[in-house]
Amino acid sequence: MRLQKATRCALFAILELARYPDRQISAADIADKYGISANHLAKVLRNLAQSGMIESMRGAGGGYRFSGNARRISLFQVISMFENVCEDEHGRQEAGADSEIGRVLGGVIQEIDAITCATLKSITLATLLRTMEHPRKVAGAQTAAE
Amino acid sequence: MAETDTSNEAYETGSPAIRAAVAADVPAIAALDARITGLEKPEYWKDLFARYGNRPQRFFLVNTAANGHLLGFIIGEVRVWEFGSAPCGWIFAMGVDPDTRLQRVGSHLFEAMCSCLAKTGVTTVRTMLARDDELNMAFFRSQGMTGGPFIQLDMPLGDFMPDADGQQGGAR
Repeated sequence: MRLQKATRCALFAILELARYPDRQISAADIADKYGISANHLAKVLRNLAQSGMIESMRGAGGGYRFSGNARRISLFQVISMFENVCEDEHGRQEAGADSEIGRVLGGVIQEIDAITCATLKSITLATLLRTMEHPRKVAGAQTAAE
Repeated sequence: MAETDTSNEAYETGSPAIRAAVAADVPAIAALDARITGLEKPEYWKDLFARYGNRPQRFFLVNTAANGHLLGFIIGEVRVWEFGSAPCGWIFAMGVDPDTRLQRVGSHLFEAMCSCLAKTGVTTVRTMLARDDELNMAFFRSQGMTGGPFIQLDMPLGDFMPDADGQQGGAR
């Protein structure tokens, strides 16, 4: 699975903002930090602001601030704003889909899509941030530093 | 496996709210499950308690309020070489009073279960969920669980079902 550029920008931006919910962060800072195009990011941030997940702060020191509920927003919700991550859910029909081979191939793709969707729907921004900040210790793999 | 006594009876959670289930908890557990799932199955819960209450390497824990009201339950056990897997802990049932969600009732139960399982010597905990069970999947993810090395497969048994005259179907 490969996410489109806009989707990756959106994920970096919303996770960065959700990580520091009390801060206003400029688009330029996010673009610099993650090495993404400022132009691309500007469009993505507008979409995220329209959704209510983030808000745009005007004036000196303006920027963006997270305004959603990190425990309620899933990766699926963010990704599906920018691309159809689970094609089957949108009823897409491709050439040959009704053929015998098309049907069995479709079954396999559908299975993969269903797992992808279930995974993305079950991971919230809060879960992802927590995983990053407090990775679970692997039993039996303690290092001397611990 | 460690040889420590890990029966429910010997278990101490360090949290006054979480304890091993006792027979008197079963009606409240069955009622909570019925409330969550919409299905009444009191015999199932009695049977489950008989098999998992106070058994070595099996843990049936409850989380209760100060007044004794049941807030949630969790059941787990150590399974050995099932599906070719090295011994590991399994959580196979859990329920939290919907009115107490987001109050860490489930998190405390999960953490207590992980402590119980870790004391037996296993290093991994595992569970299985319906793909569309977004609520519980999000909960277990929030606890740090991720996709594991196994994939569950299934198939309808239609081709193998006996015919009306008792003969096995032979569509293959």
